[in-house]
Amino acid sequence: MRIRVDPDKCQGHARCYGLSPELFDVDDYGQASVIVDEVPEELEDKARLAVANCPEYAIEILSE
Amino acid sequence: MPQTTPVSDWARDFDVLDPRYVNDPFTIWDDLRSSCPIAHTDRRKSSWLPTRYEDVTTIAHDIEHFSSLKVAVIPGDEDGDPNENFDGPNLEYGLPPISSDPPLHTWTRRLLLPWFSHRRVDTYVPLTRGLCRGLLDGFADTGHADAAAGYAQQIPVRVIAHILGVSTDMSDTFTLWVRDILEFADDAERRQRGAEGLLNYFLEQLEFRRHNPGEDLISQLLQEEVEGEPIDDGIILGIAALVLIAGVDTTWSAIGSSLWHLATHPEDQKRLAAEPELMPLAVEELLRAYSPVTMARVVTEDVEFSGCPMKEGDKVLMNFPAANRDPEAFDHPEVVQLDRSHNRHVAFGSGIHRCAGSNLARMELQVALEEWLHRIPSFSLEQGKEIAWAGGQVRGPRVLPVVF
Repeated sequence: MRIRVDPDKCQGHARCYGLSPELFDVDDYGQASVIVDEVPEELEDKARLAVANCPEYAIEILSE
Repeated sequence: MPQTTPVSDWARDFDVLDPRYVNDPFTIWDDLRSSCPIAHTDRRKSSWLPTRYEDVTTIAHDIEHFSSLKVAVIPGDEDGDPNENFDGPNLEYGLPPISSDPPLHTWTRRLLLPWFSHRRVDTYVPLTRGLCRGLLDGFADTGHADAAAGYAQQIPVRVIAHILGVSTDMSDTFTLWVRDILEFADDAERRQRGAEGLLNYFLEQLEFRRHNPGEDLISQLLQEEVEGEPIDDGIILGIAALVLIAGVDTTWSAIGSSLWHLATHPEDQKRLAAEPELMPLAVEELLRAYSPVTMARVVTEDVEFSGCPMKEGDKVLMNFPAANRDPEAFDHPEVVQLDRSHNRHVAFGSGIHRCAGSNLARMELQVALEEWLHRIPSFSLEQGKEIAWAGGQVRGPRVLPVVF
């Protein structure tokens, strides 16, 4: 699985980092980013959790 | 405090200070959502009250038609001259970035955000935990407490004082001023007392720190330059006041409402104690179900929104709490599901004004609940004692007697 944060939609709620810190980071100005190239299989549910909790619909699953 | 005339028509004449709305807004929102999802009132000022998730988030993103220049839910004297009773720097910018639109919003927010990044907030955890434990030491053995005034209310104000680099001895005074400004905004005398007290205090702090800089937010802003120029004193004053006003009542209300929920839902107390790993999801769910904060916007030009003829100058009350209870956006929104996994709540707003302190608030709520449950794993409301809720801009319990 590959995922992406749309920087134009992200407003720094940091819900992705809060729930799935293995996959995301948020910089000092509230911009979230994905910190893995490929989501390890055991973390795919955590990636889906982040998607389902982003209030800005900023996280996309690029390929499964 | 001025009394409000009781509301009989919530769709055309709502009042967020009506005691029914303060005590139980949930059924009012449900009724409105299915009959008139954007209510209107002419009380205080022509204002609209959306109740659907989609409407609230759409308005939050439309900064062209819905400006943040006036964000007070209880407008008070916001159309007057802000310097009328204040002999100091120009206050025309209000409390940036919350009361501003781009471009002022953009650069003032950028100055503030690093103070509330998750990395910075991690450094405030030991202080917060210590505060909670100290408070619990004071009453955990007595068998009863006011979980609002004796616990929730005491925590965020002290963390904010630390960030601002001011004495925690001022905590009770800060709390009084912030309540004057937000909770008692309908009372002109109290509102003015709070605003004057707070602004004059921070003005003194500004002058002191100009000559005695420390590591705190105010000192750093005094040394900062934007495009080669120092920052206007009025803007620094506004930012400092904002951090205090926005960082006290709000989080304290979230902690208090969460403790009220746990006191009335013993099954959730047990579950959190048995499954502490649920805490991050549970904190988000409690924020969704009991979102404390409503903000306002002002309509910039006549616009028809979702069939409503909004006029230039009208207010729109950004009903994030009602959006978070919309069944179109949340499965069984009336039920608190501590492990809710699909939860795009907007307790911290939506769009460019997402609460700058959200990482701090979330941390404080989690630590306050963890420490309480560790020390007082089982508790309930004290029978025969009244609970007092406050509402308007910020909803939460002000008196919450519990026994254990």
